[in-house]
Amino acid sequence: MTETMAGDSLYDIAIIGGGVVGCAVFRACVLAGARTVLLEKGGDLLEGASKANSAILHTGFDATPDTLEAACVQRGYALYRDICADMNLSVVKSGAMVVAWTEDDLAQFPKIIEKAARNGVTVRRLDAREAREREPALAGDVRGAVLVEGEHLIDPWSAPMAYARQAILNGGTLMRRARVEGGVRQEGVWRLDIAGKPAVQARTVINCAGNYGDLVEAIVRPSPFQITPRKGQFVVFDKTAHDLFRTIILPVPTTLTKGVVVTRTVFGNVLVGPTAEPQQEREFPTVDHDNLEALRKAAFRIIPALREHDVTTTYAGLRPATQFSDYQIEALKNEGWITVGGIRSTGLTGALGIAEHVVTLYRDSFADPAPLKDVALPQMPNLVEELPRQWMQPQRGPIACHCERVTEREIEAALKDEVLPAGTLGGLRRRTRCMMGRCQGFYCTRRVMELAEAHLPGLVTPIGEGHRDV
Amino acid sequence: MYDVLIVGAGPAGLSAARVLKRAGVEKIAVLERTREPGGLPRYCGHLGFGMLDFGRMWKGPRYARALTEAAGVPILTDTTVTGIEPGGVVHVSTERGLETWRARAILLATGTRETPRGPRLVSGTRPWGVTTTGAFQEMVMKGLRPFQNPVIIGSELVSFSALMTARHGQVKPVAMIEENARITARRPADVLAAMVYGTPVLLNTRLVSILGGERVEGVDIEQDGERRTLACDGVVFTGKFVPDAILARTSGLPLDSGTRGPTIDSTFRTQDPQVFAAGNVLRAVEHSGQAALEGRAAARMILRALEGRLPDLVSAVPVTCGEGVASVWPQRLYAAPRGRIVLHARMETLQRGVLRLSDQEGRAVAQRHIHVLPERRVELRVSAAALAGMSQLRLEVEK
Ligand SMILES: Cc1cc2nc3c(=O)[nH]c(=O)nc-3n(C[C@H](O)[C@H](O)[C@H](O)COP(=O)(O)OP(=O)(O)OC[C@H]3O[C@@H](n4cnc5c(N)ncnc54)[C@H](O)[C@@H]3O)c2cc1C
Ligand SMILES: Cc1cc2nc3c(=O)[nH]c(=O)nc-3n(C[C@H](O)[C@H](O)[C@H](O)COP(=O)(O)OP(=O)(O)OC[C@H]3O[C@@H](n4cnc5c(N)ncnc54)[C@H](O)[C@@H]3O)c2cc1C
Repeated sequence: MTETMAGDSLYDIAIIGGGVVGCAVFRACVLAGARTVLLEKGGDLLEGASKANSAILHTGFDATPDTLEAACVQRGYALYRDICADMNLSVVKSGAMVVAWTEDDLAQFPKIIEKAARNGVTVRRLDAREAREREPALAGDVRGAVLVEGEHLIDPWSAPMAYARQAILNGGTLMRRARVEGGVRQEGVWRLDIAGKPAVQARTVINCAGNYGDLVEAIVRPSPFQITPRKGQFVVFDKTAHDLFRTIILPVPTTLTKGVVVTRTVFGNVLVGPTAEPQQEREFPTVDHDNLEALRKAAFRIIPALREHDVTTTYAGLRPATQFSDYQIEALKNEGWITVGGIRSTGLTGALGIAEHVVTLYRDSFADPAPLKDVALPQMPNLVEELPRQWMQPQRGPIACHCERVTEREIEAALKDEVLPAGTLGGLRRRTRCMMGRCQGFYCTRRVMELAEAHLPGLVTPIGEGHRDV
Repeated sequence: MYDVLIVGAGPAGLSAARVLKRAGVEKIAVLERTREPGGLPRYCGHLGFGMLDFGRMWKGPRYARALTEAAGVPILTDTTVTGIEPGGVVHVSTERGLETWRARAILLATGTRETPRGPRLVSGTRPWGVTTTGAFQEMVMKGLRPFQNPVIIGSELVSFSALMTARHGQVKPVAMIEENARITARRPADVLAAMVYGTPVLLNTRLVSILGGERVEGVDIEQDGERRTLACDGVVFTGKFVPDAILARTSGLPLDSGTRGPTIDSTFRTQDPQVFAAGNVLRAVEHSGQAALEGRAAARMILRALEGRLPDLVSAVPVTCGEGVASVWPQRLYAAPRGRIVLHARMETLQRGVLRLSDQEGRAVAQRHIHVLPERRVELRVSAAALAGMSQLRLEVEK
């Protein structure tokens, strides 16, 4: 087991928060040669902001030029494309189109194109006919589009899982169900209090706590930023809609009608969303019937043929938004602390870039270890619809989830994995896609529970005496 | 090369197999994606199975066993059909990998499922403890219980199954809630629910949102315009069945917007002359006996098809839904010198009036008086001889 309970060892670095940012930073720190522990309060990684996003690998064409966010997104984009094949991570080249429906939308195009140019991203203007030629399923009154060829779709969970996995394989320590409640620094060493567990000691702390970033920051100083989580709701359409279109359909940002993104996922669904609703809840976002209905209608407006397709599920995510639009990343040299906050709406893409930047800050401010040699590489199981899946192989064993065609073997592998086993039902779903299909568990919940029961206590309880099997 | 491949080992598929086997069809197999045959009844631990086809009153698993034994043909479990192509081509995933088989005729009997939370666009958080009757029944059948005090959404027949399941599983539902002013199942199920199970049935009550973090902690409901919170640790979405017609759809067979199953003609044939469909994949939802009878009827048509005795697809007369009618099946009929065709239909709302089938010129071909609730199936008998020379039929209610 690489997940330790030991509290007496001294780490070079303790990272607080196992979202996509924390996972990428974890990987970078371990590969940089630092003894690193990742502390995550959830039962598994990716239980916060990183569990629900649009799963787009952004070029950064629309980022505000010359910001830290723009730089990290660009770098993260490039790094992801460099390493994804090595770890068997998916990347689907879909391209994106910013689509204009009105004269006002069209009037925004020069600005969008100019911004893209300043960000060094190649885009191309399409007239109405070209836009429809590329995506015939678009509603007939499309006026034109800006095509961004470089936008990609990725698997939003396998990627950060791979980062964390690589960190663990190369000596990093992961502690889940480890909520940092406070800490003190004495003689250059942080002692972090963990709820219900021994304290963890480290020379440098990196705050990657996402929607709790300001609360965790308060351990070291009055937080210079406040988090107001910005909720984004989504509607997921059935895989039958997958072949309607290829390109990510983006709204013109300033249009009066509330713009929504319509995109495919690497898993073969179609996503519509997200909304942008500032609110206070940090942990459990709600979906709202009226918003979902509005999203569905908006999707029909953009791609009318979606009417013929069923909704599979709905969900919501929380962006760690602050009063600032840019990322809040800084090293507190005298405090042994690096702040990585407010990674609002581009963190999935930016993570690897952020991690690289953080290591640079670490080397400049704290220590300069020798980078690891002979780095181990994890191989992630494929969940992408269009590539060979396990159920297609001989000796596949029984299929447990028939909608997503997840085998019992895949589920067991995720539960019994020695490096990073699923720690929650959500974690199991994100690793395998079981229960994520059109029946949402009608056919497979029981089997999944039987397999998971011993590993994920508390989901089901055995029925006591008096129960008879018929 | 098979004579017949049957997809789905539920009541419809297994009943069809039995008829085909008895008629002497040699090369036949039932393909079932799960580990064991029997379909949905396998997990229905309550009485109510076998009356129509075995003349017995059984629990689901007993019925599933009887169907399996009676079928008398190879049932290949752990075998998923992933696609069908014109010409009798069947793509399957088995323990040996992906394979392509061929058959002279194929029967789709892939059944039905309930509508889960997602497509209902229900508000609230997304905690563990939200499920469907089917999943709940399976868990209880295997001795597992996901919650102790759930709320049951809906009042269809299956909603009362959920109540019975709860009893088996030592689970005590806090309430059953129904949006309408009456329960969907036939009365006095609600009285029984209250009396036997001690579960209140709240009418005119809407689920507003689901509450809770990791697990369900309650639901907000609105009863007669008034909102309140009901503490509970689970939510069972019951009913609103939809055909599990994904195989038909991804194989390019057209689905009907009313039934949401593959369209069929009066010989149970889909648009592909080699592909037939029967049971709850045709439309949701009928009890298992009806699915079984359809399986048998479809099998008799397949026997005729194997002898080349079915009419040409192009000679079919299409039926569409008019005023008041939500769905009709079969959707294509054939004129013949003798015999009767039974049309099945469901209404959009409560309907009282004359249900009439008329031709392209509005002339009545068949009619009957109805007074019927939307979820009930109505039958209309049509004389096949009366269809001669017609090009288009329309079913509607005249008030
Ligand atoms: C609707 C929506 C759509 C998005 N779409 C995209 C997209 O298409 N492309 C893209 O690149 N980005 C997208 N994003 C942005 C991306 O998802 C976020 O930027 C990213 O997930 C933020 O990650 P994080 O690691 O900073 O935060 P989180 O994922 O929230 O991670 C923080 C972690 O810290 C843990 N934690 C908090 N406090 C403590 C504590 N005291 N002790 C221990 N652990 C603690 C939490 O449990 C959590 O797991 C989207 C976001 C949303 C919400
Ligand atoms: C909770 C519940 C309670 C019920 N209670 C009653 C009751 O009391 N009395 C009653 O009469 N009826 C009851 N029913 C209804 C009854 O179970 C169904 O009507 C009946 O099972 C329908 O039969 P079928 O053959 O059409 O489909 P199913 O029984 O659903 O069988 C379909 C089979 O096809 C298989 N299959 C699907 N796709 C594929 C594929 N691609 N490849 C291979 N195999 C595939 C499935 O695994 C399944 O085994 C209940 C149903 C539910 C869910």
